[in-house]
Amino acid sequence: MAEASATLDLADRKREADHPHSLLVRFPTNNPLRLDAGIDLTPLQIAYQTYGELNAERSNAVLVCHALTGDQHVVNTHPVTGKPGWWETMVGPGRPIDTERYFVICPNVVGGCMGSSGPASTNPDTGAPWGLTFPVITLRDMVRAQAMLLDHLGIDSLFAVAGGSMGGMQALQWAASYPQRVFAALPIAAATRHSAQNIAFHEVGRQAVMADPEWRGGRYFAEGTNPRRGLAVARMGAHITYLSDAALHRKFGRRFQNRENPTFSFDADFQVESYLRHQGITFVERFDANSYLYLTRAMDYFDLAGDYDGAVANAFRGAPTRFCVISFTSDWLFPTSESRAIVHALNAAGARVSFAEVTTDKGHDAFLLDEPELFTIVRGFLEGAAKARGLNPARR
Amino acid sequence: MTMLTRLKHDLTMAEAARGPGGSRVDLLEVAAMVERGARVLDVGCGDGELLRILETRGVDGRGIELSREGVNECVAKGLAVVQGDADTDLVDYPDDAFDFVILSQTIQATRQPRVVLEHMLRIGRHAIVSFPNFGHWRIRLQVALGGHMPHTDNLPYAWYETPNIHFCSIKDFRQLCRVSGAKIEEAVALNAWGRRMRLKMPWSFWNLFGEQAVFLLSRRK
Repeated sequence: MAEASATLDLADRKREADHPHSLLVRFPTNNPLRLDAGIDLTPLQIAYQTYGELNAERSNAVLVCHALTGDQHVVNTHPVTGKPGWWETMVGPGRPIDTERYFVICPNVVGGCMGSSGPASTNPDTGAPWGLTFPVITLRDMVRAQAMLLDHLGIDSLFAVAGGSMGGMQALQWAASYPQRVFAALPIAAATRHSAQNIAFHEVGRQAVMADPEWRGGRYFAEGTNPRRGLAVARMGAHITYLSDAALHRKFGRRFQNRENPTFSFDADFQVESYLRHQGITFVERFDANSYLYLTRAMDYFDLAGDYDGAVANAFRGAPTRFCVISFTSDWLFPTSESRAIVHALNAAGARVSFAEVTTDKGHDAFLLDEPELFTIVRGFLEGAAKARGLNPARR
Repeated sequence: MTMLTRLKHDLTMAEAARGPGGSRVDLLEVAAMVERGARVLDVGCGDGELLRILETRGVDGRGIELSREGVNECVAKGLAVVQGDADTDLVDYPDDAFDFVILSQTIQATRQPRVVLEHMLRIGRHAIVSFPNFGHWRIRLQVALGGHMPHTDNLPYAWYETPNIHFCSIKDFRQLCRVSGAKIEEAVALNAWGRRMRLKMPWSFWNLFGEQAVFLLSRRK
């Protein structure tokens, strides 16, 4: 039975990678994505969702960039899991990123597995999934692909680009790569580079995937296997880094799961174990193991200072973009010190920057959760920027 | 509320008279010293009232504020404000990044007023500092005759809970300017209602009768 459902999972995911439940653009072979690795990726496919309406001046577009394991389904039911969108607290009618006012675009990143070209997609040259023959991509590549999407949509300049974690890194990369196309940038719980500790966590996750015998050197689609255990362990480990000691203690403490006493076995006696196992299992249903390798790698390679002669400030010198940097007190994966480094560089570059640290015990994942202080700041920042951009006031 | 915001809050709520636009008069005095279109950093910008006044005058204003409430309020108003501490974060700003760096009613709450002032003069072409004058006669009387630490509408705290750890008089501040290489371009004393005292008088007079002072400084060549 386990094998049957594994195959079902794989078939579903394979279909979603090639024929997603999303808007889709396929760029012809004469319009390739030029990768940092020196390879032209073609044909490039980008899956994306939009919400709200583009105004006549084409000046109200907001690009939402998703995080490592997110996707383009920001505020609609997820086609694979049937769950609500991942940022329904932030985006929607009357929400801080107000879809009655702004035209929100969210593409699946290149390397992802929800319809944009990635290792789970079919390589048109071979008719087989790319797997590990997919070229290694960077955050700059992701942003370059998003710029191609905007060209395709006829959007010259974005009112704002917003995202948390890897999405926040993309927001920074956008302002660095295309300063004239970004009016306002909102990097939340982000950093100018992936830290050694974070690279280390990613490596543990990748090794967990590769250690699963069903991974088969990345050829699991062809061989009909599924590295679900490895990917689940990777997710469990990563998930701990998205939370905080205080949040885990508040949610689970040392409480037992449906039992009064320890079983003196390796069952999931504790609630926290049961929770993590659940996180692992549900993740495997919707995410591609190879995608996980590629996207964690892309984050590892992210280093704005390295790309701009050793100083992050060089990336933003003369940038007309206004920035709002936000961090969370209990985030130890992308701690406030990383956000301060962004602010420091932006100040040194003379950019217009706001920075706020939100008090919460929810850790890195706080950007996805119900944090009223976060919403107030985002709403206020965007309203100020909208005024400066001459966008019409909110309808409500 | 942190102590700094409390101080700002109390200053706002206290006697501070309000000008035609409903703004604190002492802030209007500070704003009057800033050239139109200048780049300004307001250190300890509180709820952003001064920045708001400055932005109506075409100034490109930025702020630093210690309290989260203050920062969040400012950002929500669309102001470019970062959460930070005057004592530790000014070092991060490059030389000559601003035309004016303003420290309004905050210097007495810093741990190292001299270091803060020197950074302000490094970061900006001009520094503007406003502070409550500890040489005012009522304060002197309270210490000399009352035998207790001063307590006024502008300084409402008991000694054991005040955020103000480095009080100075106008005379003291002039001495700090001397040792920090600051040239005094302009100085005004404000009365109890925050209004400018217009008489031309020697420093010792203002040191006795000014409740607050506003100094416009530049780097001595």
